Amino acid sequence: MLAGYSLGELGSIMAMQGFAGLILFSVFVLMALGLAVIFGQMGVINMAHGEFMILGAYVTFLTSKLFTTYLPQAFGVYFFVAVVLAFIVAGALGMLVEWALIRRLYKRPLDTLLATWGLSLILQQVYRSIFGAREVGVDQPDWMMGAMNITNSIQIPINGLIVMVLTTFIAIGVYLLIFRMGWGKQVRAVMANRAMAGAVGIDTERVDRITFGLGCGIAGIAGSAFTMIGSTSPTAGQLYIVDTFLIVVFGGAASLAGTIASAFAISQARSTLEFFLSGSMAQVIVLLAVIAILMIRPQGLFVLKVRR
Amino acid sequence: MTFLTRKDMLWFVVLALVLLIVFPLGLETFRLNLFGKYLTYGFVVLGLVLCWGDAGILSLGQGVFFGLGGYCMAMFLKLEASTPAATKIQSTPGIPDFMDWNQLTALPAFWQPFHSLAFSLVAVVAVPTLLAFGIGLAMFTRRVGGTYFAIITQAFAAILTILIIGQQGYTGGVNGMTDLRTLLGWDIRTDHAKMILYFVNAVLLLGAALLSHVVRRSKLGRILVAMRDKEDRVRFSGYNVAHFKIFVFCFAAALAGVGGAMFTLQVGFMSPSFVGIVPSIELVIYCAVGGRTSLLGVIYGTVLVCAARAAFSEAMPQLWLFAMGSLFILVVVAFPTGLAGVYRTYLDPRLDRLLPWLGRGRAPTTATVERPMHAAAME
Repeated sequence: MLAGYSLGELGSIMAMQGFAGLILFSVFVLMALGLAVIFGQMGVINMAHGEFMILGAYVTFLTSKLFTTYLPQAFGVYFFVAVVLAFIVAGALGMLVEWALIRRLYKRPLDTLLATWGLSLILQQVYRSIFGAREVGVDQPDWMMGAMNITNSIQIPINGLIVMVLTTFIAIGVYLLIFRMGWGKQVRAVMANRAMAGAVGIDTERVDRITFGLGCGIAGIAGSAFTMIGSTSPTAGQLYIVDTFLIVVFGGAASLAGTIASAFAISQARSTLEFFLSGSMAQVIVLLAVIAILMIRPQGLFVLKVRR
Repeated sequence: MTFLTRKDMLWFVVLALVLLIVFPLGLETFRLNLFGKYLTYGFVVLGLVLCWGDAGILSLGQGVFFGLGGYCMAMFLKLEASTPAATKIQSTPGIPDFMDWNQLTALPAFWQPFHSLAFSLVAVVAVPTLLAFGIGLAMFTRRVGGTYFAIITQAFAAILTILIIGQQGYTGGVNGMTDLRTLLGWDIRTDHAKMILYFVNAVLLLGAALLSHVVRRSKLGRILVAMRDKEDRVRFSGYNVAHFKIFVFCFAAALAGVGGAMFTLQVGFMSPSFVGIVPSIELVIYCAVGGRTSLLGVIYGTVLVCAARAAFSEAMPQLWLFAMGSLFILVVVAFPTGLAGVYRTYLDPRLDRLLPWLGRGRAPTTATVERPMHAAAME
């Protein structure tokens, strides 16, 4: 399959596909970070995670509409407002869901999976009723549509760059929050031993609620970033849920570095293979490879040494 | 130890009467064919009772096995429908139409054996079972279980769907295998044939339920439940837990394969929309609604949910997803034992008082099998 390309051409193909892969990687990381917080730290399987992401995308869509109607002069910066709003809305819904549903099911992880699947069906229908079944795209301000010329052959789209910077900030933020701050210590304590954490005075219910809300909020930000690379439809979230779960499992559920490394490996492998094979075969090969590696190393790439 | 208590027998006979007499008499042929379709899901949920309800292994990939069984059957029927005479307008007569559309000029090698009905019928059971054996061997011997196993089986459902849709020339792509006509020269599209296929399906389903019941009542069945509730103790007692898990996963896959084949025969086509993530989860939901530890309950649950879906989506399609979503949440949060649990709590004691002779001869294992299933996670 490599026949017909010179070495130099292969190099530039790799670079171009590599950059396309980097943008996909950023969105994957954002989605997987939210899931790593919820699944990795709390052990809850949230099948509605994709729908929280789409909620963020719709919030971004609404914000752009609001700015064009009421604040056209500030349209250039609407995206940053939208990111914050997406985080708040998705996070608030996440906390509501935790309170109403998830907290009753902590002892039955497999049942949480089914209940959140029900939730995802309801959310999809809500989106369909409000926004219609058709895909909606978001208008981007002119300065984000442009590209930066590095050399005359390599161009970097600005919106991709913004998504990457955003991802970096969120990843560092989550790391600091969970592994460097007192609150993160509480989260990890509750996860390791709920009864003992409660006994030493941690409000475990509150920690659970905020952790879940945080994970959903990050999914909302992922949705915001997603509008930069694709259009939004009520069922778009479902397309990404399997990939995202595999990323988290592949990376080692409780490890943030593992999540980022596996998101990188999966997105790069996929976008590079996609150039040579059809998109569907690339996806199949990558998924199979991930499963094969998981069979050899079921605990994932990176393991946190924790006594359970 | 009796394999069938008097009460088991009574309810089994009731199910047989419902499937073999009430449905055929009460429904016109079109509806009966629809119910026959629902009953093919019954095979899958029976397997889930053993796999998930008893052994605690949640597979989100049962649609894969259902689909493989269905595709094996469809390949045979498709080859029979694509005789050179019937396909003489194609550029390559004698191969299925979708291959011709995709510029294939010869039948691929893996299609060749499906000229034989005997091979196809064996494949209906063998292909899903072998895949389940491979997955089970890789996962369970390395002690992958619980939510991880669920996610990986779900990934398999995604992979198979992508593969079928992507490889149009070999599989018929997103449309699936359509235009299936005859089984050994017998037209399966007539009302009469549909009636006969319904009865074949119903009898097979009753047989599968009986077989599953025998497995559950055996010593093996009790080890499965013990594994669900305290896996380590079973392991320390000297049993190889992985072997039992592989067995029950293969058993469920084989049943699902039979269900898929019956689906193809009754519905007349097979497509990737019955393979993927969504149908696989729906199968689990049917099982949950019926009551995941009751063989007969899940069959009623499946028929009920499917019939409700058909009624809803005809009348008010927008409301269906709301209703379905709320049903999942309600069942999981409020009634984890499903329909069967409601029966056991409210109807069963009354029935005992009303008909005391039924209670005699009750198998002693009933109580242990029907403990609340989340007891396993209460540590």
